[in-house]
Order: sequence, then structure tokens, then C-alpha cells
Amino acid sequence: MRITIRLFGRLHDLAGAAELEREVPADSTVGSVWQALAVDFPAVAPYARSVSAAVNADFAKMTTTLADGDELAFLPPVSGG
Amino acid sequence: MAIGPDALDVAEVIRLVSGEGPGAHGAVVTFVGTVRGDNQGRRVLRLEYEAYEPLALRAFAIISDEVRGRWPSARVAFHHRTGSLALGETSVVIAAASPHRAEAFSACRYVIERLKQVAPVWKREYFEGGDVWIEGATADPSDESAREAAYRRACA
Repeated sequence: MRITIRLFGRLHDLAGAAELEREVPADSTVGSVWQALAVDFPAVAPYARSVSAAVNADFAKMTTTLADGDELAFLPPVSGG
Repeated sequence: MAIGPDALDVAEVIRLVSGEGPGAHGAVVTFVGTVRGDNQGRRVLRLEYEAYEPLALRAFAIISDEVRGRWPSARVAFHHRTGSLALGETSVVIAAASPHRAEAFSACRYVIERLKQVAPVWKREYFEGGDVWIEGATADPSDESAREAAYRRACA
């Protein structure tokens, strides 16, 4: 299945892209896609403990399962206000 | 609740919560966040705010629901800005209204504390000599300990 990955803040800089299209296995989770991303872009790996995620613009867990066409966003620690 | 690149209007945010006639509240507390010129010894030139806007609106709705649960008599509204902001410009406006002042102060403080914990907004600081992404809290609205910490600060 195919998903869109969106990267924000410094993750965008480290990966050199704000948006990626990825073909992923049918049983993929947020966590498994993160692991694959950290292989493709080792510079993002240190964020494993602090990153959070959203699927289709709602907050998600690393265990959340993905469906074809999902938009998965990875969020570095936030700094609004 | 709103987020976007347009300049923020404090009076407009206050109007959203004040109420009229028999519904008029007795207290309105506002928080206005602005770009400061010094951050940890760095001379700041400007800030650039990036947001995941649809998720930010979701986060704002979660915060607003939490306020309703904690302070049923309070009404809150908040607007956050995105894009490039000069020193002194307003990045966030929060207004909280309630029949009496205590709830309005607490609700207003709670919103800014929670916003800093969970809103998917990032600031990049441009200072004399470079730039840096500011990174604070891991955004997880279901984190009970963060929620309690915000509540304690709101009621301190």
C-alpha cells in the first residue's frame, strides 16, 4: 500500500524533504514506518524517543496501524506559543 | 480557534468569549505571546513559525474540551500565528472569560501551558550568528502527567 509521510520542523531539514511517498507492507504501523525512515535518513534516528506522530491529522501512537492512502506525519518536540 | 499567517487581533479574540446581555461574563483574562529580543543570551532577529495546521486545530479542540471539563463556567478562544515574525510581533492570543476572575485566570494559563505541550507548532529562531529550531515537549495529548503539570501551573 502507498502512504504519504510528512515531516515537520527539524525532521524536514534532516531528511531534506517535507513530504515523501512510500510503498509500505500491508501490516505497517507508525512505528515500523519510523524505523524504515531512520534507516533511509540516519540523521533522524536520535528522535526515536522524542518524536510523536499523527495519522490523517489526528494524534496517533507508534502502534497505530496504517491503511492505504494514509497521511502519516512525524512531529519533533513542539515549540508553539 | 484559529491558526494561520494573518496578523492577530487581540480585540477580536476577546470578543469571541466576552458574551452579551444576560450571557455577559464578569472577567476576561488575555494572554498575548510576543517575539522576544533575547533568548538564552542570543540576540534574536526574527522567528519563523511552522505548523501542521489541521492537527493544530485538533489539538486546540482537545485543549478547549479539557478547559470545559476543568472550568465549566469558562469560555476560551485562542489564535496562533504562523510564518515570519519580527521582534515584538504577536505569535499567540488567548482569551478566557468566566463569571468570576479566578476561573478566567486559571483557564487562560492552562491553555498556554497545554498549547506549548501539544500544539504541532515549531519555531525556528534566527539570531545574530545563525539559526536554530526550538524544541520543547513531545506532543502527546494523552500524557496524563503533562496534563496534570499544566493544571498545577494554572492553579498555582
